[in-house]
Parts: sequence; C-alpha cells; structure tokens
Amino acid sequence: MSEKVWIAGGGVISGIGLDLKACLQSFRNMQPGMAAMQYLPSVHRNTFPVAEVKADNATLADMARMPEHISRTALLSMIAAREAWKSSGLDDISRYRVGFVSGNTVGGMDKTENFFPEFLTNSRGGRLQQVVHHECGSVTELVADMLGIRHHVSTISTACSSGANALMYGSRLIRNNIVDVVIAGGTDALTRFTLNGFNTLMILDQQPCRPFDDTRTGLNLGEGAGYVVLVSDSLAAQLQPWCRFSGFANANDAYHQTASSPDGTGNYLAMKGAMDMSGVQPQQIGYINLHGTGTQNNDVSEGIAINRLFAPHFPAMSSTKSFTGHTLGASGGIEAVFSALAVKEGIIYPNARFEHQMKELPFAPVTAYSTGHDLQHVMSNSFGFGGNCSSLIFSKA
Amino acid sequence: MAIFILGTGCISPQETAQGGPLLAAPREYEQVRLATVDPDYKQWIDVKQIRRMSRVVKMGVGAANLSLEAAGITAPDAIITGTAYGCLDDTGVFLTKMVHQQEEMLTPTAFIQSTHNTVGGQIALLLGCNGYNNTFVHRGFSFENALLDAIMILKEGSAQHILAGGLDEITNYSHQLLSRFGIYKKTPVKTMELLNSPDTGTIAGEGAAFFTLGTTRGPGTVAMLSGVSTLYKPLWEGEVIGHIMKFLEDNNYTPADIDLIVTGRNGDIDQDEIYEEVAEALFPEHAEACFKHLCGEYPTAAGFGVWMANAIIAEQKVPEAAAFFGRAPKKIKNILIYNHHQGTHHSLVLLTAC
Repeated sequence: MSEKVWIAGGGVISGIGLDLKACLQSFRNMQPGMAAMQYLPSVHRNTFPVAEVKADNATLADMARMPEHISRTALLSMIAAREAWKSSGLDDISRYRVGFVSGNTVGGMDKTENFFPEFLTNSRGGRLQQVVHHECGSVTELVADMLGIRHHVSTISTACSSGANALMYGSRLIRNNIVDVVIAGGTDALTRFTLNGFNTLMILDQQPCRPFDDTRTGLNLGEGAGYVVLVSDSLAAQLQPWCRFSGFANANDAYHQTASSPDGTGNYLAMKGAMDMSGVQPQQIGYINLHGTGTQNNDVSEGIAINRLFAPHFPAMSSTKSFTGHTLGASGGIEAVFSALAVKEGIIYPNARFEHQMKELPFAPVTAYSTGHDLQHVMSNSFGFGGNCSSLIFSKA
Repeated sequence: MAIFILGTGCISPQETAQGGPLLAAPREYEQVRLATVDPDYKQWIDVKQIRRMSRVVKMGVGAANLSLEAAGITAPDAIITGTAYGCLDDTGVFLTKMVHQQEEMLTPTAFIQSTHNTVGGQIALLLGCNGYNNTFVHRGFSFENALLDAIMILKEGSAQHILAGGLDEITNYSHQLLSRFGIYKKTPVKTMELLNSPDTGTIAGEGAAFFTLGTTRGPGTVAMLSGVSTLYKPLWEGEVIGHIMKFLEDNNYTPADIDLIVTGRNGDIDQDEIYEEVAEALFPEHAEACFKHLCGEYPTAAGFGVWMANAIIAEQKVPEAAAFFGRAPKKIKNILIYNHHQGTHHSLVLLTAC
C-alpha cells in the first residue's frame, strides 16, 4: 500500500498542437489556440471563439488509425493515449497488466446531436451507427480495444475534473496491485450541446478569455485529450520516469450545482488534501497550473483559496486554458501532462492576455514562458460542476 | 482489512424502499419496460426542489438516504456514484430544445442537470458533504468501479464511511433507441416466466441501489463486502470460469465455500447461456437466485443484485420470487453475485455474513 506511483510519459492533442511537442512550441511562441469555429457547425460560429483541434475528422481518423465515422472524442483520445504510451519507453503493451482510465463529459455527443434532428421527426429515423457510441464508457472502450487494453477499463465523468479524477483512480489501481500501468487522463470534443449549455450559463467570453485578469468575462471552450502513463515503483526502476505522482485530493464544494462557493471551500480542501498526501508545505510548491477558466466565479474562488493556503509566499502560477481553452473532461488530463513535464523540464507556462490585477488577490499569474527552473513540486487544479474539486501534485522524487 | 456493509437502500421496480421482509409481495409485470416504484421523496427533499429534479436524481437521493438511515449515519466521508447513462432525461430535454429552437433562447436548467455527476453532486449538496466525490460512467462496470474505488479508499484509511451506489434511468428516448438495437423482447413476458423464456431479448429496467460501507461493523451490519472484480470482454467461456476461480482463490475461497450464487440472468437465451456454463463448471449443486426478472436489465442492475444478496443474508432465506435453482443451505454465509451486461462486462461481488 505504500508503493509510489510514477509518471512515465504523457501525450496531448489540443487546440495548440496535435502532439505535446507542438503544444510546447505554441507556448514558446505565445500562440493561443482560440479562433472562429472551423469544424463545429453552430449558429454561434461567429460569436464565440473556441480552441478547436486544427484538423478535420478525416485527418484525425488517419492519425488515430480508426474509422472516420466514430466520435471525434474517441479519435482525440486515441491520438493522445498512443503518444503517451510511446513516450513512456514501455514496449509491447501485452507484456503488462495495463489499465485505461479516461474521463469525458458527453461521450459520443458529437454524433448524437447530428442524429437527433431526424430522430425527433420520426422515432424510427436516423442512423443508429451515430448513437452506438453515445455512452461515455463506449468512447473509452473504442480506444482501449485499439490499444489492446483489457485488464482494467474505466470511465469517469465529474465534469471539468474528470481527467484529474482519472489519475487518482489510476494511481489507486496501481497501489492496490490490480494493474502495473495505467494510461490515465481525459478527452472531450467540442459539441453544440456543450457550447449551447455553457452559453445558457452566460459564462462564455466573446473575446479570447482572460484568466485571472480583473476584466475577465468568461471562458472559451476548447477540445482535446491528454493522458499520462502511471507506473508502479518496480516498473519505474526500469524506465526514466518524468516525475512522481506524489499527492492528490478530491473534495466537494457542496455549495451549488454549477457555481463555486465564494471562499473556495472545495478548492481549498482539494489543494490542502493533496499537499497533506504529498507531505509538502505550501512554500515547497514551485508552480501551480491553475484551473483558471476565466469566469468571474472560478478565478475569484480559486484565487481566494490559494491566498488562504499560500500567503504570503506565492508560487509561480498560470492558467494554460488561456491557450487551450477549457477542454472540460480532457482538461485534467492535458494539464496533468503539462504539469508533469514542468517538473521534468523545469518549465513555467505563460498565462496569455493577463493585463489587469484582480483586486481581490495579492498575486498575479506568470505571463512569459520560461525554462530551467528547479521545480521540486508542481500542483495542478481542476474544479467542476457538481462541486467536484480536484488537485494533483507531481514531484521530482 | 474487512469492509462492512453498514446499511443499504434500493429504489426499484419492486417495493424495495419501504422495508419489511424481502420481496414478500413481489410486483408482477407483463411488460418490456419496468419503472421504479417511487417512495415519497418529500421525506428527503424539499417540495420545490423535487419538481425540478429528474427521476434519476430523485431515486439516487432517495436510495442514498435509505442507505444512510439504515446505517445510522448522517454524514459519510465520501460519495461515489456509478451510472452508465447518467442523466438521460435532462440530456434529452436540452438536446430536443436545441434542435427545435436552432440553438437559440435556451435555458440552463436541463443542461446543468444533464451532467453525469449531477446525482453525486446533489447528494453532497443535500448532505453538506465536502468529502471525496466521484462518478464512474463505464457501462456495465459503473457500479462495480464505484464499489472498488470505495474499497480502495477505505483500505487507505482516508475515509471511515463511504456511500457508494449505482443507478440508471429509462426515458422514452432511450427506450426507443435501445429497442431499435434489438435488446428487448418483441412481446411482453410475465415477470415470473421471463427467466425461462425460450427466445432472445430481455426487459428494460431501472433503479438505484446505495451502500454505506465502513471498516468497522455497525448496528445494521449483516455482511462484509469481501471482494469485487470485473472482467472485460472475455474471449470465451473458459476465461470467465478461470476468472471466477482466481477471484475465489484470491479471497481464500473455493466453490464449495459458496452457499448461494446470485446471477444476472435476464431471460435472453443467448445471454443466459454463460450462467449455465459457469454453474455447470463450478457450482453444479449450488442453489441459485436471480434478480433481473424483478428489476429489469440495465447497466447498473448488479446494484439490485448486491442489495438483494445482503437482504438474503439478513433474513437467512431466499425469497420464493428470487429462487431459480436448488435450495440454499440452512445457514447462508457466502454469496457470490455473478453478473454480465451484454456479454462484454462481467462482474463478481462476494458477500460474507458476519
């Protein structure tokens, strides 16, 4: 039960790159991924900028080596999961007891919403092929089957913290000797369902979002997938792991179905719990990858919780959602990869478009990309609807 | 470390929410779509809120509360939910409006309540529970993953009492679609005749079953949750049989130690074949009880099976409505629940009387 769990690799596909290397280049070049919708057909096409993955389904299917007609959510997942596996240095997947734990929020909704207009006019209408992978779990299985993973397959859906919770569950599976390796993270494709849902909540910015800026007015949706490869102590000894997955906690804000409590109770409990598990003090955290959606509510709650926990010594912080947009179920996975890589390479990511200090907070996010930092411990936050708050910590050793 | 079941709660197409002897007066149906028998939700939820809540949220909150009441616990340390389909009703409402209104003039309520973690979030909100909260949405493993997560967390020692459960609802849309996939019987079958039905197809069901788990026994404890295991897409029957043997061995049991098997037979002759094979290979003389003729088929139906098995241990008797084969011994100590969903998702749960 005391076994440590390590990060052996990671893969990302997002609005700023089709793989992790391309994403890093975009950070270096200060090139965020928000633009007018190119691939998602919606009446809001010219109203809300989004961070789409810059490829159509045919291209993604080619990259994933999967059929083009399946959900974009599965295609994105496959591409990032395969990149993660390859980066780990592990070879033939059939040699290990492997789990695949993936978070997503709406499964194959991108196909279901195309099916629905015809179905609504005639309950015998519409092609069933479009709803056969509607379930969140079905998207995970498409990828698990392609990768040849059978030992443990699971899907988590806790809104915007899905990907982060997948890492926690994956870590437990290893520590309980159920599997030796877990590919854990999340995936989500943009859908009209989510776009319109967030629009009804009036938290979408019509401009590129400005996380932790005093003038922020909402978030931009994004899409993508991100996975880390979690390995046991004994496997890590044969590899060159990026870092250790040293701590995590999940807490519930228990305040409102969609809004965070003003004092960020859940956020505070998640960060505090993760540090307790890691056995680190606030001043030992070198960088925080913020949840930082850019909504009024999130950034102030998260900021107040950070202030309560870290004042007066604040670590470097930034929201990479200012580049990738909010990728919902994928965000915890994508940001876990960025955070684990930050430990390995000493990277601090920039927060784009920050200009105005939030009056509620005594700290500001980092605005430039830099490397060469000695980051012993990096924290990644993911907070979501339903009060679900999760915090992860990655450590050098 | 032993994991104890401190209390259970179940809302199902049977009268499982009102206490009393297990399935004393089973509801008999002759239809392919069963619906839950709803308790009075006002005992747990404010009337104004009830009106806004979908059925799956209500049944989840209800079953969770029943389980906590049975355990005598008001504040669990963690809440873990399993639901394959999530909040289908609100998803359907929002999707329909989005199509009809061409993405204009939509309201947030249905969207907010459509996320899969709505049930877990609402339970936390109503209980004021700031603890660990997770939602598994993996088809026929959703409930089992929730139990496994709970067991792992209890063993870690980071929680004392965990509320874990599984639930799914049927909506008109989901039933129309699943029917088109050919999953259900073409003509209605009587409840007590379903399991001997000679053709393919099953009946649709829904429901919620929650369990309050802990590392020390409580006043209502009758059983320990000794093990949970899943098997994804076995290649052939032998792999299922081997997996069950290994599962029993890992828990230091042999088939002879099992007093009763509870299986997920659903009346589809093709899908039920594996239960025959397993019984023949490992449990040829064992008594067998079933539950899907009572609650219908759905991805988290194993929750009903585990709930029923716990009640069988409490009463030391298999109710007539659930008996399928043989007679259980006088003393029912170990029950193995073996279920599969769609032939692809196989799961095992072991309960031990204590």
